[in-house]
Amino acid sequence: MSEPFAPGDRVRVARVHPPGHRRTPFYIRGKEGIIERVCGEFANPEELGYGFDGLPKKRLYRVRFRQKDVWPDYAGDPGDTVDVDIYEHWLRSANTKARK
Amino acid sequence: MNDEHDHPAHDHEHHHGHAHPPLQPDDTSPPGHYETMILAMRDLLLDKGILTADQIRRGLENLDSWQPSRGAEIVARAWVDPEFKRRLLSDGNAAVAEFGIDMGSARLTVVENTERVHNVIVCTLCSCYPRPVLGLPPDWYRSKNYRARVVREPRKVLSEFGTRIPDDVAVRVHDSLADLRYLVLPRRPAGTDGWGEDALAALVTRDCMVGVADPQVPNAR
Repeated sequence: MSEPFAPGDRVRVARVHPPGHRRTPFYIRGKEGIIERVCGEFANPEELGYGFDGLPKKRLYRVRFRQKDVWPDYAGDPGDTVDVDIYEHWLRSANTKARK
Repeated sequence: MNDEHDHPAHDHEHHHGHAHPPLQPDDTSPPGHYETMILAMRDLLLDKGILTADQIRRGLENLDSWQPSRGAEIVARAWVDPEFKRRLLSDGNAAVAEFGIDMGSARLTVVENTERVHNVIVCTLCSCYPRPVLGLPPDWYRSKNYRARVVREPRKVLSEFGTRIPDDVAVRVHDSLADLRYLVLPRRPAGTDGWGEDALAALVTRDCMVGVADPQVPNAR
């Protein structure tokens, strides 16, 4: 299991396109956000969905993205965000700590 | 999805040795793919003795008992009982268990609307929804229109529900994709001081708990 992230860490979602039913929607792939909370460990639904046992379990995070970072032409308030549930194997460190 | 494309017509027939009477004598249209699959699964479970018809009926009764009124009771309790609200926000499953509600393997995550933040829930992949506290999701929640647009232009979608969010309030969309299920704890409306839990719960609609509406006091606007 990868080194865990902590709330406030800046992460980037992998921009990859594996086949199959994946739980990370296309619109958020390649985007950068901040770990909002660590949700715990769950059997990997991307394996469970195909009849495997989903083990080892994967850490699940809630990642907060600024809408302006997700949609360059976003028309709403700059403070608007989208929080997305993302499993650890989709996340890469974006190194610098968040300045909130 | 186009059923005809994914499931050619020849898959619709099933051959297991007995004929089904039509479910409705006046409905002679053939069942669709998913209806056929459900009937076949039900027959198999009964034939193999895995479930009885009585157990299936009781299971459906249990699902029918899941209604938004259960969520409304929880919200009203949180409005009048700060200690309960604290438990609800920190461990949703344990808090709703006090109401006899079992979230199963999902984790209930309650997000609170404040003066500064308005929360709204979606599942862009399918239709994940906190069913034990809200029942079945409405058709619009499952529609591609809502799922695609509420993450892209949430203020516009909310305005289409008649909900206008001031510029100084952040809109926080929650895309429910995994093992968490989200419930919005709306703001208690002004003018309800001293109200009992039942009267407060009557103000809390399903849409308020998904985050596309705010509770309204009748005749207050």
